[in-house]
Amino acid sequence: MTTYDFVFNALGLRDWCDAAKIEKNPMSMAELLAKNTGHDKLETQWWEVPFPSMDTLNKTCANFPQSRDLTAAVEQSFLAVKDLLRLVLDPLTQPLSWLLESTLIMFDVTPWWIVITVLMAIVYYASKSLKLVSLVLICISFLAAIDHYNHAIQTLAIIFVCAFLCVLFGIPIGIAMSRNDILQRISIPILDMLQTLPPFVYLIPLIFLFSVTEPKLYGIAIILYAIVPVIRLTDLGIRLVDRDIIEAADSFGMTESQKLFGVQIPLALPNIMAGVNQTIMMSLAMVVIASLVSAPGLGVLVLRGIRNLELGVGLVSGLGIVLLAIILDRVTKAALSRVNVSQKR
Amino acid sequence: MKRNIKIVIRNLYKIFGSDPQKALAYIHAGMSKSELLEKHNHVLGLENINIEMREGEVTVIMGLSGSGKSTLIRHLNRLIEPTAGKIDVDGEDVLSFDEEQLRKLRREVMSMVFQNFALLPHRSVAENAGTLLEVRGAKSEECFTEAKKWLDRVGLQGFAAHYPHQLSGGMQQRVGIARALTSNSPIMLMDEAFSALDPLIRSDMQDLLLELQKELHKTIVFITHDLDEAMRLADHLIILKDGYVVQQGEPQHILLNPNDPYVEDFISDINRLRVLRVRSIMTPIKGEVPTDTHGEVDYNDTLESMIAHSGGDTSYSYVVTNDGKAVGTLEMTDLVRALVPRASSGKGAQSRAV
Repeated sequence: MTTYDFVFNALGLRDWCDAAKIEKNPMSMAELLAKNTGHDKLETQWWEVPFPSMDTLNKTCANFPQSRDLTAAVEQSFLAVKDLLRLVLDPLTQPLSWLLESTLIMFDVTPWWIVITVLMAIVYYASKSLKLVSLVLICISFLAAIDHYNHAIQTLAIIFVCAFLCVLFGIPIGIAMSRNDILQRISIPILDMLQTLPPFVYLIPLIFLFSVTEPKLYGIAIILYAIVPVIRLTDLGIRLVDRDIIEAADSFGMTESQKLFGVQIPLALPNIMAGVNQTIMMSLAMVVIASLVSAPGLGVLVLRGIRNLELGVGLVSGLGIVLLAIILDRVTKAALSRVNVSQKR
Repeated sequence: MKRNIKIVIRNLYKIFGSDPQKALAYIHAGMSKSELLEKHNHVLGLENINIEMREGEVTVIMGLSGSGKSTLIRHLNRLIEPTAGKIDVDGEDVLSFDEEQLRKLRREVMSMVFQNFALLPHRSVAENAGTLLEVRGAKSEECFTEAKKWLDRVGLQGFAAHYPHQLSGGMQQRVGIARALTSNSPIMLMDEAFSALDPLIRSDMQDLLLELQKELHKTIVFITHDLDEAMRLADHLIILKDGYVVQQGEPQHILLNPNDPYVEDFISDINRLRVLRVRSIMTPIKGEVPTDTHGEVDYNDTLESMIAHSGGDTSYSYVVTNDGKAVGTLEMTDLVRALVPRASSGKGAQSRAV
């Protein structure tokens, strides 16, 4: 007899409960201990009444599922749909693998002096600031000087690909959200979940779906994690465009697309750029974690530092990640402030 | 010299709320505005508006904030849809327009100037001014030359390559006007266009508008809460209060014959010397032109200039001429009487002014 017997008795489920007695689940460690010490005969005091959890109810009614059945069921159902999911997702995401592989190879085979020159040119184009160009040059030269060039450039390559794809998909999704309230209401909880889910949790189902050696595994994890800010800020930016200007655009007889591309997106650009900045920073955060599932780059060195307790390796590569973060942040912020200046009102 | 009627508004109602048609039925059944708000939570925005606007005239709609004037002007190009009523532009029923016709109307027939300018901050002044042409699909060189022409015309020579944030408020509104003019549309809707500007700039802009109007003869619908501005610009004045038209007519006529205590309150503060014209208070000539006067004055002179003219002597009288033809006589005593609001709306002046 246990505390919650009355519940099942009252519901008339006693027979259903006892039916399972014969094939009773294996005894848990706690039960075994209690049996051995002879404590199970003791009456439970009223202040010791346990919470009616699944395991507690299982004690009174053997047919009631235990909580370990729940996790098992989740696992089983995932494994059941896994093959089907894989059949659909595998070809769909294959281009991501190719893109990541070819970009990594491209960065790898291109001589370092070409890569650095091109990077400088991009930085100058985005920021129009020689000061920033020299900062980037110093940082990369430092990384190269301590023989971290290859790892750093692999990390950068992955970030370029993933951030590019985030922008490519995120901005249209954000625009769609800003134009449709229902879509926005549906998407916001999903975005909230993507943003709050611990980064490691992304990896668990992906490992089951794809082979760990495939680049798309970490590609998907990075994109899912980093796409959120660009979607959110695109939606916000377009919704924040001055109503008076939208009204003016309407009064000029602009079509929807003229309004979108001529007014809304240009005016939302500062917010969109802020989203891109966040997306790039979050890709960097995730690319380090993704080294757990074979993503190359500085993350591998950090992981080595943790695994083998190589303190120096871990700290130096950590510093490298900080330098990359500074470069990426400064360059995107400089581009953002250039957009802002031309939009001042 | 009556001109063609360009815009006609008939029995226009606008009710804001969840079920405007039901609320409209209540209004037709005689429910008051406040009762409608209290019992059914619907706001009566516009109530039975009937207006005719003539081609080439400046129609000024005046009212305090909340009187529905901005709502009214947005009905003309259907930025706001009416609850009931009829709006004709050039004899065509605007409310029956489909999307394509409506877009054409907004692009080619009506252009709007806004209180807070509504310039696109990411585009240069010339690009802003050419927006409407660009929307229509004109080539960029054509947009630029047209925009440049009108920018020069509104006094913004050499600012084509600037950005809006580099200009002062008055200059930004000049861009707004240039934008409306560049579209070459016959109707201009000006929603409190000068209200955000400081007084000196505002009077500059009024001058600019009058000067342009003398040349271009657009049909202008102008919204304002400032009676001086209304008096200065209006050919036809409409006074709006709580969503209905209190009085409409020739501004001088309204000034001399307010038909409502509300209008009287409104006009009591105005500087009559500057606003009233000789034509409004003169006595029309019947038969002979009197010869014992102290000279001739123009039909459109203000009373202020008359006082300067006469040196303040109230015993003088003048012959009033229009295009060199004598049309009336003016006694300075009448002029002085017209300066006092109550006296002028009394019997004597009224019969003459009508």
